[in-house]
Amino acid sequence: MQKRSIRRAQINVLLEKLLSLHQVIYAPQKLGNQVDFAPLRDLQDLTLDHIQTVRSAKAALFPPVEELLRYQRAGVETELQDRDLTNLAEQVLFGTRPCDAAAIAPLSAVFTTDDQDAIFARRLERTTVISVSCERSDGDCFCTSVGVGPGDSRGSDLLLTRLQDDEYLAEILTAKGEALLQLAPELFGPEPAESKEAHLAKVQKRFDWEALHDKLAGAFDHPFWLRTALACLGCGACAYVCPVCSCFDIQDEGSQKKGRRLRSWDSCGLALFTLHASGHNPRSIQSQRWRQRMMHKFSYMPDQLQQLGCVGCGRCSRACPADMNLIEQVENFLFA
Amino acid sequence: MEALQKSAREALENHKAKVIIGYSEGSGGRMRPIFVQSPAEAEKLTWNDRCTQNLAVYIAKPEVQKLGKPALVAPLPVLRAVLQLASENQIKEGDLLVLALSDGRVTELSQFSEMEEFVAKTPTHLASKDQEAIERLEKMTPQERWQYWQSELTRCFKCYACRAACPMCYCSRCTVECNQPQWIPVPAHPLGNWEWHLMRAMHLAGRCVSCGACGDACPLDIPIHLLTMKVEADIHREFGSQAGMKVQSEHALSSFKVQDKENFII
Amino acid sequence: MTSFSNLYKPYLLRIERITEEAPGVRTFRLAFTDQQEKERFHFKAGQFGEYSVFGEGECTFCIASSPTRSDYIECTFRQMGRVTSALMNLEEGDTIGFRGPYGNVFPLEAWQGKSLLFIAGGIALPPMRCVIWNALDWRDRFKNITILYGARTVSDLVYKHELQEWQTRPDVNVVTTVDPGGETPDWKGKVGFVPTVLEKMAPSADNTIAIVCGPPVMIKFTFPVLTQLGFEPDKIYTTLENRMKCGVGKCGRCNVGKLYVCKDGPVFTYAQLKEMPAEY
Ligand SMILES: Cc1cc2nc3c(=O)[nH]c(=O)nc-3n(C[C@H](O)[C@H](O)[C@H](O)COP(=O)(O)OP(=O)(O)OC[C@H]3O[C@@H](n4cnc5c(N)ncnc54)[C@H](O)[C@@H]3O)c2cc1C
Ligand code: SF4
Ligand code: SF4
Ligand code: SF4
Ligand code: SF4
Ligand code: FES
Repeated sequence: MQKRSIRRAQINVLLEKLLSLHQVIYAPQKLGNQVDFAPLRDLQDLTLDHIQTVRSAKAALFPPVEELLRYQRAGVETELQDRDLTNLAEQVLFGTRPCDAAAIAPLSAVFTTDDQDAIFARRLERTTVISVSCERSDGDCFCTSVGVGPGDSRGSDLLLTRLQDDEYLAEILTAKGEALLQLAPELFGPEPAESKEAHLAKVQKRFDWEALHDKLAGAFDHPFWLRTALACLGCGACAYVCPVCSCFDIQDEGSQKKGRRLRSWDSCGLALFTLHASGHNPRSIQSQRWRQRMMHKFSYMPDQLQQLGCVGCGRCSRACPADMNLIEQVENFLFA
Repeated sequence: MEALQKSAREALENHKAKVIIGYSEGSGGRMRPIFVQSPAEAEKLTWNDRCTQNLAVYIAKPEVQKLGKPALVAPLPVLRAVLQLASENQIKEGDLLVLALSDGRVTELSQFSEMEEFVAKTPTHLASKDQEAIERLEKMTPQERWQYWQSELTRCFKCYACRAACPMCYCSRCTVECNQPQWIPVPAHPLGNWEWHLMRAMHLAGRCVSCGACGDACPLDIPIHLLTMKVEADIHREFGSQAGMKVQSEHALSSFKVQDKENFII
Repeated sequence: MTSFSNLYKPYLLRIERITEEAPGVRTFRLAFTDQQEKERFHFKAGQFGEYSVFGEGECTFCIASSPTRSDYIECTFRQMGRVTSALMNLEEGDTIGFRGPYGNVFPLEAWQGKSLLFIAGGIALPPMRCVIWNALDWRDRFKNITILYGARTVSDLVYKHELQEWQTRPDVNVVTTVDPGGETPDWKGKVGFVPTVLEKMAPSADNTIAIVCGPPVMIKFTFPVLTQLGFEPDKIYTTLENRMKCGVGKCGRCNVGKLYVCKDGPVFTYAQLKEMPAEY
């Protein structure tokens, strides 16, 4: 790891350079009243003074809709056309927060443990992550409760932290980060004298995730779920904005003669998710689906993949139409 | 506020309802639904113009039904949703109580006829920001309007929060969930999104109580309520019927009259 | 650079033979269209696959043939929804997609020297048929083999020919039953629900493995009977069927507690089930 410095204007020069190399840059931009990740076309659109984007950057690694293969049938013969993974574009995630970068590990654990999901793995291989530390947080953020922090470098290739005005500390963390430095070494200055700690948001630790994990282990039949999930409407909002949620559906589109097999985002919050063709549904009511969400993130994933399913970004709390605030849910559960 | 809390407390104490479904202060300046089961908890109930969720959506939820007879804290759109649900035979007289809100007063209503009277006396115009937005859309050329919805609907990621928040989207199996035939493509690509939203707008034609809850629920701020509100306003103008006003009402799109205008058929 | 191969790309299999088993239930005998793929393909009893009709989608069936017969694989399915209806319309010679084999296995090797008691209900005979043929092809490795199979009505019994074949074998004890009211005038089997018939049969639990597959109600009432008969929970095996899409532990929909039915199952012992939440 090496530490350098870079000025705000030079960051733009670096991004221009990447754009000129035909790299796709996903970066936070103002869209109406919201700030969200989108492919960057004009550097004017870039925003860095927001707290958190509405959606996470996971769409760049795990798109909402993605082709798995194509098929074509002539008579009784079928021909399959595999995805060509050699032409996936090199891409940069820019302006991800430390929590977003930390979410790549659990996402990748799902897609690459045991059987490797080639499309995901290949995309990840072609992705460079340039994160920007958090100077501010809001009441929905709880990264520090789930082992992440506002200046954490995990998952990033390059981490920028604003020290003052337009001066940033640049931590070059991986070979991909090193490649960025090599692309334009002249943009980077020497290591600043100051350390980043004083410039990071103060995010209060709200709960102990290990205690939560342990309590959940015996809590499947706890009356808590029925009581607290009353408000939950059963939509996919929380899962679709979440940087870690990775459930998907597989659907064919086209005729029996010709078409594509697609995968698309899905959510354990939706009633159809587990419905059997017979009409039987192992999770027939919403409280069971809400429990699955909590269990999956804080109990099953740590047990099975050694990864927490939540990085504390707070997006689900901000997006929920029924204000099912995750921190409060956790706190209430721990005291229940 | 106090009047509301008092009515709620009384309804529980006098066993007129087992649970009050109302609004309370939530996190981060948001409001949240609250399910009050004991008189002491009634003090958490509140009401302000940030209460945009339509609480009638909870009537059909099995877990909520288990709590017993509900009393709904009901600003006008909630009340209209109740009447519309009644007109669609989704609830029966006596299934619920409403604590109707208007001008800071709380009126307890238990009969559908009382609710009809109450609604008839209350102006049903849209919120000014929605009215203005619809007028802006009406002034656009068809191409501009197409562009507008194209860019809005392309962003949709089909989380179905709009549907989940809509009291009239109570179908146990929505059309998007039927796959024989597959009416609407499942993935959230532009075509799938268009078909989903046009389908929903058509299903709500003459049924939308114009609460705006769907648009408010959308995490991506897609003003999806403008679509259903506009169709509802057109139906009101063309056919004279308005959703959520009467229990015995003819649904514009499912009843035929000889004098119906047919000038839309080209 | 890492080498990448598409997890979701199916093999192409040709339908060699279609057997009408019962109303709405068919068996396909399927052969690999690619010889190399066929040679590389191995599976064990208990595993399943994702079968697809392109343009309609994929659905999950167990492999109903025995791994000891490696020229083909078979599946038996009931028409339920979109994909199974499309499968119904296919003819011999058509190609379908197949991904697999997925999931864990019945530990047949570990059962050597023991008696086997198979208890199946309705369309759930297919997952069992694979183990039954596997065991019969290795007949000398096991002691008694008993098959108790029940369906709602006589016409709902699947694998009628095979049932007859097993019935005529001296080394297998086959008992068939139909639910009360489901019998025909010439029905020679028993009349009664599977758990009740089992109770009357009272098979010995001594050195015996019980394999139970069937609709949830049948399983629910069969476990207590087996327990009463002295079967230890870890000597009772069953398979779970949760809604699946990926089959490989990625899509997140088939879990029962922290276990994925597609990866950690579909074969579970009653001892395991007792530790798992009832989410199936
Ligand atoms: C391990 C295992 C083994 C099995 N073995 C067998 C077997 O040997 N034989 C057998 O007959 N069956 C077996 N099954 C059951 C079989 O998988 C189902 O009956 C089959 O998948 C039905 O598929 P379908 O396409 O016909 O039904 P569908 O029409 O796809 O309906 C099935 C499910 O698809 C979903 N669905 C419906 N509409 C939509 C939509 N619009 N969007 C998204 N999802 C939708 C719903 O969840 C619905 O419950 C097994 C299942 C499992 C898990
Ligand atoms: S918690 Fe909120 S966002 Fe998540 S499913 Fe429930 S209502 Fe939707
Ligand atoms: S569960 Fe909520 S807070 Fe945790 S990572 Fe997902 S969106 Fe963020
Ligand atoms: S969109 Fe139509 S089918 Fe779907 S829930 Fe709403 S009214 Fe029902
Ligand atoms: S809530 Fe918004 S993003 Fe979700 S389905 Fe509705 S319009 Fe699409
Ligand atoms: S079928 Fe996808 S996780 Fe099991």
